[in-house]
Amino acid sequence: MATETDAAKAAESGGLPQLDFSTFPNQIFWLLVTLVVIYLVLSKVALPRIASVLAERQGTITNDIAAAEELKAKAAAAEQAYDKALADARAEAQKIAGETKAEIQAEVDAAMAKADAEIAARTAESEARITEIRAGAAAAIKDVAQDTAKEVVSAMGVDIDAAAIKAVVTARTKG
Amino acid sequence: MADDAKAEGGLVFHPMDQFIVKPLLGDGPVGMFTITNVTFWMALAVICIALLLVMGTRGRALVPSRIQSVAELAYGFIYKMVEDVAGKDGLKYFPYVMTLFMFIVFSNFLGLLPLAFTPTSHIAVTAVLAMAVFIAVTVIGFVKNGAGFLSLFWISSAPLALRPILAIIEAISYFVRPVSHSIRLAGNMMAGHAVIKVFAAFAAIAAISPLSIVAITAIYALEVMVSFIQAYVFAILTCVYLKDALHPHH
Repeated sequence: MATETDAAKAAESGGLPQLDFSTFPNQIFWLLVTLVVIYLVLSKVALPRIASVLAERQGTITNDIAAAEELKAKAAAAEQAYDKALADARAEAQKIAGETKAEIQAEVDAAMAKADAEIAARTAESEARITEIRAGAAAAIKDVAQDTAKEVVSAMGVDIDAAAIKAVVTARTKG
Repeated sequence: MADDAKAEGGLVFHPMDQFIVKPLLGDGPVGMFTITNVTFWMALAVICIALLLVMGTRGRALVPSRIQSVAELAYGFIYKMVEDVAGKDGLKYFPYVMTLFMFIVFSNFLGLLPLAFTPTSHIAVTAVLAMAVFIAVTVIGFVKNGAGFLSLFWISSAPLALRPILAIIEAISYFVRPVSHSIRLAGNMMAGHAVIKVFAAFAAIAAISPLSIVAITAIYALEVMVSFIQAYVFAILTCVYLKDALHPHH
């Protein structure tokens, strides 16, 4: 279609369409229109929008990081509280165990003392009885010895009165 | 070009035809306000930028969708670049640097589509972009620093005897900036596209067409990289010049 005119133009500009000065006004005009349009679109719409989106994202990220930091601090506080509660509970348990132990010890001690006292009382009682029995036995021996001595003496034909025999037996059995 | 085509005997080389500016509909002269392929591809770039940066971020999602991530990535990339290179006070000009970067990167990438036209391969386009930066930077430099902006050329750390010579060199390099700034971009884009077209013409010969296709693929991959890098270079140089204007003292 336009090859002949193009070729003619190309020929007159030494072959380079870039040096065809007749097209310069056209190119420059449309370039300026293009630049103005792009500049307006960018500076009025696109760039402020992108800037606001980027700023918003930055803000959101900052907020999220702050929130995460806060939650982390809360978690640490909760852990601390838990540890403290655990330690308190442990101390309480130890205290209760100690008290109970002391109580039981006291009861045991009381029971022991009571038992000891009872044992002592029984022992004393038994000893008294043994002493009594022993005394009774000693008296019986004396009687038996007097009787036996009297019988033996009378069997030998000697008449002796009872008081003398008693005195002798008493003297002999004393040792 | 036409002579070359005849000389190769059947091979048709028109590597530069892709750069011809022509009316989009019908035929005729290219006037200032004619709707041309330039208009079409620039409009496409505008639409793509709007789709990415406006429609893509419509959700304003806290957890971004894929497109929104790309838009945020582009934003963050250029924002950080302006902040790092030009400093905090350079951020005022961030929307314009972003405009430049997005326009160039989309023009470059769209230009890589088959049959596409690449506005950034035209010196008329890149020269305007570069001159705009140059003039803006010079004006900002004088407005912010007054005559102090001239200390950019007076290197106080050099020996006194050398300073006038350095001042001349600095001044030359300063005024060459828009030239290198614009030709670097246009030259890269033009060369890559022209090379692809040349290789494509060789594909007409059956014997070398596999090689030609491999070469096109390789160059195409390279061009994808170049498209991004050139947009990046243009934007970062703008930031560097801006830094000179805001802080002229070495």
